[in-house]
Amino acid sequence: MIDLYIPLIIMVAVGGLFGLSNVILAEVLGPRRTKTKTKLSIYECGMEPITSARERFSVKFYMVAMLFILFDIEIVFMYPWAVQFKVLGTTGLIAMGLFMLLLFAGFIYVIKKGALKWD
Amino acid sequence: MSSIIDLILGFLSEHIDALILLAKIGLIVNGLLMAAAYLVYFERKISAWAHNRIGPNRVGPLGLFQSFADVFKLYLKEDIIPTLADKKFHFIAPIISIGVAMAVYAVIPFGDSFMVGNKEIFLSVAPGINIGLLFVLSMSSVGVYGITLAGWSSNNKYSLLGGLRSAAQMISYELSMGLSLIGVLMLAGSLDLTTIVHAQSGGKWNIFLQPLAFIIFLVASFAETNRTPFDLPEAEPELVGGYHTEYSGMKFGLFFLAEYANMVTASAMMVLLFLGGWEMPGLYEALGLPAGSPLIAAVQFGVFVAKLVPILFFFIWVRWSLPRFRYDQLMNLGWKVMLPLALANIVITGIVMTILKHYGIM
Repeated sequence: MIDLYIPLIIMVAVGGLFGLSNVILAEVLGPRRTKTKTKLSIYECGMEPITSARERFSVKFYMVAMLFILFDIEIVFMYPWAVQFKVLGTTGLIAMGLFMLLLFAGFIYVIKKGALKWD
Repeated sequence: MSSIIDLILGFLSEHIDALILLAKIGLIVNGLLMAAAYLVYFERKISAWAHNRIGPNRVGPLGLFQSFADVFKLYLKEDIIPTLADKKFHFIAPIISIGVAMAVYAVIPFGDSFMVGNKEIFLSVAPGINIGLLFVLSMSSVGVYGITLAGWSSNNKYSLLGGLRSAAQMISYELSMGLSLIGVLMLAGSLDLTTIVHAQSGGKWNIFLQPLAFIIFLVASFAETNRTPFDLPEAEPELVGGYHTEYSGMKFGLFFLAEYANMVTASAMMVLLFLGGWEMPGLYEALGLPAGSPLIAAVQFGVFVAKLVPILFFFIWVRWSLPRFRYDQLMNLGWKVMLPLALANIVITGIVMTILKHYGIM
């Protein structure tokens, strides 16, 4: 059983090594010209960079991430159910119907609360 | 002399599985790089046709070697890491992006297995894995890290915004993408991509059985690959270059390559899950070849590619035809339209399947 996953692991390693070797090649092959302060500063359309990027950003992104985690876990619950759907039959359908009703109620609550409002 | 040949042959036959695996990985990696190179070429050509221009035509006949010239150029560019950047994550981000984009190809099958002598050869790197689909989904989720880390580590406001937008967009559309696949899983009863393809044999393609799921998956794929009309992470008029603003040379090239590799992955998933993979009703019977012959496998691969190319063309066509969404529109579409539609699709599929089973049709 675990044998089946060895090629998978090798492929992941090959992907990582491909990335690593190319990043190193990019650093080795490229020319080394004099680096000035302006050249190494961040690019803001040629203007002098103002303020830092390490500042607070919109809380909406956190909201989306939290909601994603909630909904994604619900979806993960549905995968084994979907694979076994033909075996579970009508009982499975009713059970998942109830589960989805709860999920949908939560979804409506989130929308009504305005958690997904971007303006 | 003959003893050396015997020794080599003995070594080869002893490690035949490992050698086949290496050959397959080599083919996949090279095939993917070639596919990405020519996708870039065709992207430029098609955009030129859309703009009534000529497009690349200098490097090689019809400009066919343009992408390779570009890659060589990228290797020879100076590597610049901004002083303010977080060096570690700035280094790792492109590796994650391209690494996961390539790793996905371990589980994508391109055809049925064929026999050479009494050795069965599969047309995928890791055959027989029963969670193939989950692996693809999980890897595409890890891809978010590459882009977000690139945006954050650059310490540039534009990059940060690009990275954040891309993370929010990708996770939002991942929900509807994951939900749209549940209908397919209910029909196939398996997470193994080969089994899903076989469940669609005889013209029972999921695009006919699950049309809504296909449309949701298609739209979500565009958002997952950050392609127009969902290319807000790199919206050039507002964000310079988005998350890869501070990358130069081949490091930028790796993000570019990953984007095109992901495009091929998304198209391949559409072919496998909705367009019947290498199934083509009547074709293999008409050929009259014995089962397990390498020729059948070659034809299957051909069918697979023939279905893949129109979808890739569609990706490029859309990019040069549609304008970009506004961010609130994008989020509204993802959460308030696609998510309920995908849920409804599951409920409808479940009810219809139960009714059909009750009357003994399925």
